[in-house]
Amino acid sequence: MTTAERSVPKPVFTDAEAGAKEFPDSTARRFNYYTPQKRKQTHYEDVTVEVQPDPRHYLAQGWLYGFSDGRGGYPLDWTVLKAWGSDRPEPARGPGSGGKGYDWPAHGWHEFRDPNEEWELSLYRYNANVVRQVGQNVEAARRSKAFEQWNTNWVRFVERHVGAWMHVDHGLGLYLFANANRRAPTNMHNNAISVNSMHRIRAAQDLALYGLTLSEEIEGFDGSAHLDAWNNDPAWQGVRETAERLTAVDDWCEAVFAANVVFEPLVGELFRSHLVQHAAPRNGDFVTPTIVGAEEYDFSERDLRYTRAMFELLTADREFAEHNKRILHSWMADWVPASIAAARALQPLWSQPEAKPPRFEDALDSAKSRFAGIVTDLGLETPKELAQ
Amino acid sequence: MSRQSVARAHQKIQELSWEPMYHEPVSHYGTDYTFRKAQKKDPLKQVLRSYFPMQEEKDHRVYGASDGAIRGNMFRQVQERWLEWQKLFLSIIPLPEISAARAMPLLFRTVPNPELHNGQAIQMIDEVRHSTIQQNLKRLYMNNYIDPAGFNSSLRNFQNDYCGTIGRQFAEGFITGDAITAASIYLTIVAETAFTNTLFVAMPAEAAANGDYLLPTVFHSVQSDESRHISNGYATLLMALADEGNHQLLERDLRYAWWNNHRVVDAAIGTFIEYGTKDRRKDRESYAEMWRRWIYDDYYRSYLVPLEKYGLVIPHDLIEEAWNQIWNKGYVHEVAQFFATGWLANYWRIDPMTDKDFEWFEHKYPGWYDRYGKWWEQYNRLSTPNGHHPIVAEDVDYQYPHRCWVCMVPCLVREDMVMAEVDGQWRTYCHEACRWTDVEAFRPTYQGRQTPNMGQLIGSREWETLYHGWNWADVVSDMGFVRDDGKTLVAQPHLNLDPSKMWTLDHLRRMDPLLSPNVLLNEMTDDERAAFHAAYVRGGPAGRFARDDA
Repeated sequence: MTTAERSVPKPVFTDAEAGAKEFPDSTARRFNYYTPQKRKQTHYEDVTVEVQPDPRHYLAQGWLYGFSDGRGGYPLDWTVLKAWGSDRPEPARGPGSGGKGYDWPAHGWHEFRDPNEEWELSLYRYNANVVRQVGQNVEAARRSKAFEQWNTNWVRFVERHVGAWMHVDHGLGLYLFANANRRAPTNMHNNAISVNSMHRIRAAQDLALYGLTLSEEIEGFDGSAHLDAWNNDPAWQGVRETAERLTAVDDWCEAVFAANVVFEPLVGELFRSHLVQHAAPRNGDFVTPTIVGAEEYDFSERDLRYTRAMFELLTADREFAEHNKRILHSWMADWVPASIAAARALQPLWSQPEAKPPRFEDALDSAKSRFAGIVTDLGLETPKELAQ
Repeated sequence: MSRQSVARAHQKIQELSWEPMYHEPVSHYGTDYTFRKAQKKDPLKQVLRSYFPMQEEKDHRVYGASDGAIRGNMFRQVQERWLEWQKLFLSIIPLPEISAARAMPLLFRTVPNPELHNGQAIQMIDEVRHSTIQQNLKRLYMNNYIDPAGFNSSLRNFQNDYCGTIGRQFAEGFITGDAITAASIYLTIVAETAFTNTLFVAMPAEAAANGDYLLPTVFHSVQSDESRHISNGYATLLMALADEGNHQLLERDLRYAWWNNHRVVDAAIGTFIEYGTKDRRKDRESYAEMWRRWIYDDYYRSYLVPLEKYGLVIPHDLIEEAWNQIWNKGYVHEVAQFFATGWLANYWRIDPMTDKDFEWFEHKYPGWYDRYGKWWEQYNRLSTPNGHHPIVAEDVDYQYPHRCWVCMVPCLVREDMVMAEVDGQWRTYCHEACRWTDVEAFRPTYQGRQTPNMGQLIGSREWETLYHGWNWADVVSDMGFVRDDGKTLVAQPHLNLDPSKMWTLDHLRRMDPLLSPNVLLNEMTDDERAAFHAAYVRGGPAGRFARDDA
């Protein structure tokens, strides 16, 4: 019996591999449309830089679709901060104008590089590792009956207050950071911001799902107590109001600055590092710090890192440094008192665990000191409102 | 995690959302649609603790295959004809992907359903994945394929080339204008649900047939995320349909989005698949056959038509017309011919068609040779420099077309070209549907209804106008499409890499200047313009001038 030959494409030897021939450009194997930050182009830069176009350099025909006011793309004035070159007009186009714009990069916003070098490979590796480790920690604790060591006060504390923080993460992750990923003028900014968003949303879910496990493991653990704390507990209303205000900010730079430079060190780290992380071990809990610690690492080692790089460029800008510093100081004058008020409203939480953490005032002093260090590193003055 | 625990976990994370008590989130984007709050469910129930490891595993497969391709010398078997078109495709596609990420916030304040916002945030980061994984693929091609020119200047090229401009609609349409028109109807309901089938499934299959198994590896991995995005769009669409006041806008937006996607995607992907392949087996599917299966049957008949019962007015006429364009009016062939006519303004090499190609085209598209065969023979004859000009400046009975002001693909099906004077400018449109898009849809009133959030079509939309009166050598230099010897063009109308066979700026210097058809049109008197139009629509197919005896 014969079988009809299947119809399949036939492999063909084409010798189309690099180096097979010499001709103009045959060895030009690097992206030639941008200048790297350092001597060599990085993998991160290659997959990120210039994906989002700019009519000031290469985008010859300009943006093609606009909002109802006729503005398209990513207007630079979606923040009041400026990078050098921001005030130069977009090149005018018309019959015979040609298509060339200013030389790359045309303005200083394009000089930003995320020091975390986030792109898909890095962000999935990192976050997959975090969720795996968090899951393993919780599972190991469950198997070793670790939750049985918790005293009742601590159970109440975790279900109510550790749980309440998930709402901050979720709200800022979605409505501040994810929202801001449409606002910045370069792909490097927006990708870094979108990864920040996922850190916060993941941290929110980490806490929520931890609560689900605790509901299954600890008799009487009220998995919905975080809702009451968030909605009704006076201690949380300052944090909530500030978080909601953060999501209401129009200027994307202000939103990122207020969240990552002001709110997180003064409120986020105060709560996570100085309260939860310190109180938990004294109350027999070695699990919660590993979950909260993952988020702490997200912020201190990654999200703050790109934020510093972003604002350092602006405070050292060759054209607009003073302009930017003036505005950043005005933002601090607004957000520092709000954040300190939110932090102070949390003070009653320090007395709730059976085994007490270090004093609130000491914790707040540490948080202020940390904040002052960040601000100084950015070339800014420590605001007088910090004394409040 | 068991399926049951996924469901429970997803239920638990619904506790995360909260109604603002003190301040509403900022509202940056407007819509003329109205939504009632509804408990529309996120159908995929994605939780990040399973999402991140899943994506990481998909990455392992993609990067493992990439290593394998290099170690296995895949590029010894890759067809240059195919890879050259990837210089265009991979210069375009990372922007639409990242624009889809940027589009998600447009929906946060306009679609009042927190459960859907969760899915939209995951789509956002999916799109970051797609954009950077595609850039990475292009980087790999640049490093390992014989001719890096065009890959190495990719994103500059894309931004200043007219083909890039055509493709850019497939990105900018997602992120501006009415939030629902852009981020829901144009992006998820039409672009993702209909056209990713040809983009990310049909085209990679053709890549594999041309010795490139990395494109399918990357794009099938991308496509595996699209089902989530399609679900996001579907859930939003059902919410929109719940309010009858939206039906008129949905009808408008489906017409615009469908037609624009057809014009843009079918032009590009149709050309890649039909003219970029060396696989001429008679039983391999043509683009028309793929389109019929993936778009007409799977999207139109299986997805759109069932939505009629919810009040969705489906543009049956435009769907049939798109098919008519592809099957009867040779849309893809006209586009490929135009790309080849203007090869010198591009950044990839276009291989001439051979007798084997002709035979296949005739088999798949009866009558193809009579329409296009002679012109491709001329293209072949004029492909290496030998004292003549590039084909665009030679007498091959091809009338350089006018640009469609809306889709920016030229008015190639000559009989369909329409004109209108808008905002003091005479504009040409490739089809009545594109004229309608400009004159009626993208306006602050639609059929008497106020649509203050509708976007605008902006920008310098005819590429030729920027270079009106320029010498072609200066045009190509201005765009930067020159190799590292400072004179050889990146683009070539053949695949021969022998430098003596390659076109240089010196060859272009001898040509007459480039003239913008639109500038010339606006310089005409009304009578001249009317006569010009009457002759133009009698032209074609294959760009032929109108014949006096026709």
